Amino acid sequence: MNTSAQAMTMDEERPRAARPAPHATHKFKLLLKREFWEHKGGFLWAPIWAGGISLVLTLMALVVGEVAARRAVASGKMSFDGDININGLDLSALTSKMDAADLQKLAGGIDISTVMSSAWPLIVLAFVVFFYCLGSLYDERKDRSVLFWKSLPVSDRDTVLSKAASALLVAPLIAVGVAIACMFGFLLLVSAFVLLHNGNPLTLVWGPGNPLQLAGSMLATIPVYALWALPTVGWLLLCSAWSKSKPFLWAIMLPVFAGIFISWFDIMNVFNLESGWFWKNIVARGLLSAVPGTWFDVAHIDNAHITSSEAARQIESVHQLLSLQTTYSVLLTPQLWIGAAVGAAMIYAAMRLRRWRDEG
Amino acid sequence: MSASMSGNVVSARGLRKGYKNKLALNGTDFDIPVGRIVGLIGPNGAGKTTALKAILGLIPFDGELKVLGKDPRTQRDELMNDVCFIADVAVLPRWMKVKEAIEFVAGVHPRFDEAKCKRFLEGTQLKPDLRVREMSKGMIVQLHLALVMAIDAKLLVLDEPTLGLDILYRKQFYQRLLEDYFDEEKTILVTTHQVEEIEHILTDVMFIRDGRIVLNAPMDAVGERYTEVLVNADKLDAARGLKPIDERALPFGKTVMLFDSTLFDGADAGQLAQLGETRNPGLADLFVATMKGTYA
Repeated sequence: MNTSAQAMTMDEERPRAARPAPHATHKFKLLLKREFWEHKGGFLWAPIWAGGISLVLTLMALVVGEVAARRAVASGKMSFDGDININGLDLSALTSKMDAADLQKLAGGIDISTVMSSAWPLIVLAFVVFFYCLGSLYDERKDRSVLFWKSLPVSDRDTVLSKAASALLVAPLIAVGVAIACMFGFLLLVSAFVLLHNGNPLTLVWGPGNPLQLAGSMLATIPVYALWALPTVGWLLLCSAWSKSKPFLWAIMLPVFAGIFISWFDIMNVFNLESGWFWKNIVARGLLSAVPGTWFDVAHIDNAHITSSEAARQIESVHQLLSLQTTYSVLLTPQLWIGAAVGAAMIYAAMRLRRWRDEG
Repeated sequence: MSASMSGNVVSARGLRKGYKNKLALNGTDFDIPVGRIVGLIGPNGAGKTTALKAILGLIPFDGELKVLGKDPRTQRDELMNDVCFIADVAVLPRWMKVKEAIEFVAGVHPRFDEAKCKRFLEGTQLKPDLRVREMSKGMIVQLHLALVMAIDAKLLVLDEPTLGLDILYRKQFYQRLLEDYFDEEKTILVTTHQVEEIEHILTDVMFIRDGRIVLNAPMDAVGERYTEVLVNADKLDAARGLKPIDERALPFGKTVMLFDSTLFDGADAGQLAQLGETRNPGLADLFVATMKGTYA
C-alpha cells in the first residue's frame, strides 16, 4: 500500500518522465528469453528426454549383459572365481596387462562410445531447429499474435534476429550442454559397471578416455555449427515469413522440385556440373545443414598418419573427425562462407517480409 | 514537436490503399487533435481497419500521413514508443503466462509502469502463472488492457477491442479506460460496431464509408447539427417538406424524422419544434441514416 502510494506521488511529480529506454542488449536478451519461454519444450526438454532415454537404454543393456553373464556362469558356461572374472579375464588386471597400443585402442573405444552416448540430444537438436524455424514467423501470423508483438516498440529486425540467434546459438548451446551431461552420465554408468567387476574406473575409464577434451571440442564446435546452419535457418525463416499456408510443404517442395527439374533436363551441364552438384550444394545445404556434423563432408581431414590396422584406423579417424583442427578447417572453405552469406540474405528478406506483410 | 505544435496527433491527406478488387482507402483526409477520444465508425468493409493499419504502419499505402509528426511507413520503430494498440481480442500469444507478459513488456517498453500494471490486475482472477490459453476471452482482454493501460502512450488505437465479450466486460473495459487511463494529453482512436455503448465516452466521431470520411465532428457539434423529431401523423407532409435525411415509422402513427441543419436553411429549431417533440439523435440512428444504401 505504502509503495503504491509512493508510486502515485512519484507519478504526480513527474507525470511524463519516461524511464530511460531499455538498453538494446537488454531488449535482445528479453527477446531471446521470450523464444525460450515459448519453445522450452523443444529447446530444453526434448534434448533432456532424448539424452535421458539413451542413458536408460545404456543402463538396461548393461543390466541385461550382467544378467546374461551371471546366467552363463550359473549354467557353467563361464568360470567364476573369487574375483569377478569373466572367461578368465579379471578386469582389475586388465589395464596392467595392456601394452601402449592396446591402451590407445581402449582410449579410442571409450571416446567413441562416449561420443555416441551424447549423440541423441544433438540428433534431436536438428529436428528442433528445423521445425522451430519453420514455425517461428508463420505461427505468430496464424494465431494473429504478431499484432501483439508489433504493438510493442521492438523492430522487425530485432525480432527476426532473435529467432535466428535462438536457432543458431541458444538451442545448440542447450543441446550441447545436455549432450555433455549425457557423456558424463554414460561414463558414470560404465564406471559403476566396472566397479561392480572389481575394476578401477579411474584407470580403466576416466584415465584413458578424454571426456573433458571431448566436452570442450563440442562446445567449440558451436560457432561452426551456427555458420554452417545459416542457409538452412535462413531458408526456413524465409518460408515461414512468406508462405500463406503450409510452410513445411513449401520449404521442402521448392528445392526438391527444383532439383528434380534440374536433374531431368540436365541443366547443370550448362555450367559443366553434374546434377548431383545441385542436390548437394543447394538442396541439401538449404534443408539439412541444421544437422550437426553435416560439414564433415567439406572438412579437411588430416589422413597423413593413418595406422595400419583397421580398428586403429577407425579410432584414429574418429579422433580426427572430432578434432578441433578438422572442425575449424571448415572455416576455410568457400562452401561455409557462401552458404552463410546466402543464409544472412534470406534472413534479411524474412525481416522485410515481416515488416510489410498484411495480415488481413 | 511538430505534432504538438499543429495540435494534431494524426493528420492524413489523400490516403489510398487498394486491395485486389476494391479501394479500401480512397483519398481519405482527416485530422485527430490531442486529448480526444475519437470513434471511427463505418459499415463492414468501409476501410476502418485499413485506416488503423495505415496509422500503425502495418501496411504500405499511398498518400500523406503523419502520426505524432512521424511517417509510420519509415519511422515505425520510433513511433511505437508512443503509440499502442489493441488489435483484436485474443491476439495475446496463447502460451504466455501473465508474469511473462508483464516481464516482457516491462523489458522492451520504456513507458511501461510495472507497478501500475500489477495494480490493475489486483483483485482479478489473473494470477501470475495463469496462461493465456487457460483464460476466457474476457480475461484475455482484461490482461491486454492492463498491459496497455500501464503504458504511458500518446496515442492508443483500439480496433474492435470488445468484440465477442459479454456486456459486463464491455462496460468495464470502457469504464476503466476513462477512469484510469484517459487524460488531456492522451488520444484514443477506437472502432467498434457497438455504437451505442461508446457514444457517451466519445468526444469526436468520424463516419467512414467506401474509403472516405463522410462525417468528422465533435460530439457536441453533432448534437447541434442533427435533430430528431417525433412527428405526428397530421404533420407528416409539412415535415417531409423540410427534407429530413431519414425517417422511420413508429407504432401508433408517429414517425421519427432526422434533420440535418446544414442541409436545409429553413429547418431551424423553431420550425422543427412545431412538428413535434425534438431531441438529439443517437449515434446509431445517425449512422444508419448516413450509411443508407451501403449494401444495396
